[in-house]
Amino acid sequence: MTDSPQAAVAGRTAPIRVVLAKLGLDGHDRGLKVVARMLRDAGMEVIYLGLRQTTDTVIAAVEQEDADVIGLSMHNAGHLALAPRIVQAVSDAGLDVPVVIGGIVPEADVSALKEMGISAVLHPGASAVAVGEAVREAVRGSLGDQPVHD
Amino acid sequence: MSGVPVDPVYGDGPLPGEFPYTRGIYPEMYRSRLWTMRMFAGFGTAVDTNGRFKEILRHGGTGLSTAFDMPTLMGRDSDDEVWSAGEVGRAGVAIDTLADMEDLFADIDLGSVSTSMTINGPAIVALAQYIAVADKTGVDRAALSGTIQNDILKEYQAQKEYIFPPRPSMRIVTDMMRFTTAEMPRWHPVSISGYHIREAGSTAAQELGFTLANGFAYVEAAQAAGLDVDDFAARLSFFFNSHSDFFEEIGKYRAARRIWATWMRQRYGAASERSLMCRFHTQTAGVSLTAQQPEINIARVALQALAGALGGTQSLHTDAYDEALALPTEKAARIALRTQQIVAHETGVANVADPLGGSAYVEWMTDEMERRATEIFDHLLDLGGGSILEGVYEGIDNGYFVGQIADSAYRFEREVNDGTRIIVGVNAFTEGEDGDQDGANLLRIEQDTEDFQLKRLAAVKQGRDDEAVNRSLEAVRHAAEDPGANLMPPIIEAVSGYATEGEICDALASVFGRYVEQAIV
Repeated sequence: MTDSPQAAVAGRTAPIRVVLAKLGLDGHDRGLKVVARMLRDAGMEVIYLGLRQTTDTVIAAVEQEDADVIGLSMHNAGHLALAPRIVQAVSDAGLDVPVVIGGIVPEADVSALKEMGISAVLHPGASAVAVGEAVREAVRGSLGDQPVHD
Repeated sequence: MSGVPVDPVYGDGPLPGEFPYTRGIYPEMYRSRLWTMRMFAGFGTAVDTNGRFKEILRHGGTGLSTAFDMPTLMGRDSDDEVWSAGEVGRAGVAIDTLADMEDLFADIDLGSVSTSMTINGPAIVALAQYIAVADKTGVDRAALSGTIQNDILKEYQAQKEYIFPPRPSMRIVTDMMRFTTAEMPRWHPVSISGYHIREAGSTAAQELGFTLANGFAYVEAAQAAGLDVDDFAARLSFFFNSHSDFFEEIGKYRAARRIWATWMRQRYGAASERSLMCRFHTQTAGVSLTAQQPEINIARVALQALAGALGGTQSLHTDAYDEALALPTEKAARIALRTQQIVAHETGVANVADPLGGSAYVEWMTDEMERRATEIFDHLLDLGGGSILEGVYEGIDNGYFVGQIADSAYRFEREVNDGTRIIVGVNAFTEGEDGDQDGANLLRIEQDTEDFQLKRLAAVKQGRDDEAVNRSLEAVRHAAEDPGANLMPPIIEAVSGYATEGEICDALASVFGRYVEQAIV
């Protein structure tokens, strides 16, 4: 079901490390768990924080785990309030890590979210291929197509 | 439609209204009384919702249903800066103190309405606030009628709106069962809910097995607390999902009634017929609704509603077609109600009780659902050393429930991905998607509600006697430390002095701790 076991982005060899979390009180974690398994099946390393995270706990996990990308799941119409906060927190921490949002997000909000600095938005029904590609694309974008030297 | 006379029921016994109630809990089912069309909604401030309630009552309705916002559901006050900002009043009404509950039910005689409150973790605070409103307005507690969801077990398994760990939470539930049994004979203290288990990804059989197991766990907890099964069992009710696999759903409802009746009589010693009847509410499957071509969700909801009716539900909520995009608009909610009115009044399915009973396939499916649920009960009995309650605790601790549900959710998703399962408009028949979800017709909640509620809470805190509040919170802590005490009276006392929901939950958490889920994928 995955397009390729190759999880790395061209120019780097290590698998992509992705932090997955839900911010705030919203408890809908079905989608996030499915995405976690999709990304694992696609060969990525998933750091699953799960429910009730704050921007601080997400940033701490990114730093500790040296993650490449953040995936946030949102189902309670809070995305326009939460997106600027996480983008600000990433920048305050001096990190260059893209943020992908998935969940119930009206199409009309996508451009606003992208202007706020969100790399990609995934809607209900997104396929495993689409999810994996969005994450890879986000990482590629943040790398500026430059080779990564570890 | 053509005037052919039909009997209330067909087939040989056991008939509807007869043990084990496979075919329905009443002899004539909808011919004697149609299912209740109970639509769940909530928005904005308590004052806004009060206006909506009064409108319902003016139009002859007698049932009020309350949806709370996320901070209220999680025991957090609106002014909690870490957890509540941006969520106040969004998905339901914000209730911080008794003042909000007073606004919510202003000018409504609580002795003559029936109120449903969908709240779990802090349910004891909400019930105490409701009782305090009744006390203040001179309504006898015994006259209060309604349901509080208060099904904490499924929170650890699926919905995740817990506050305290499972065992102290079950003590709270049994305190409420004991209190309502003694003082509020018309109140339903727990609505055992499979809906959220299914939405989280379980199969129909898992929904059935987990939900009934939770029901048995409440019965065992109440019996252990010294209650007689026939004193409370008739006030337990259930809440199931109606998903898209038509006959599987119908088999699930029929099996639920048969299993519940059999176990209540044989294992738990219920003698009263009313203790044996599995009464349930049904809601169509929000998770089955697609963001792609959202209008076709109306057809999905209609078929799911039909399955609920053929399965013998006592009440039904039909979902709005736009729920995969946002909270429902008024128009979408009205279409949803009209959909079940068509099922009720145009299709004729309400004329005969259990019209599918006796179908070889439906009877086989009913047996198969029962067999699969029984495997789950056996596993839990094994885990719990012969106790379903202990088995459920163990299953929560060891990740059994969340693991099973996540496995099923992933299997479903993989089938959609590889095309072995067709979802119209998503992985097949996708042409016709206009992509025109411009958002113009979606419901948006404005920030005003949060600003209003913050001012309201500050004013209430300003006007109350803080010393009295602190004393009442101390009494709540003392009661929490004493397993022999009932938490209801000190919590009623605390809310009456305008202690906030967050303060009371903090007091309880200082004794019980807070539950943190292991993050398992």
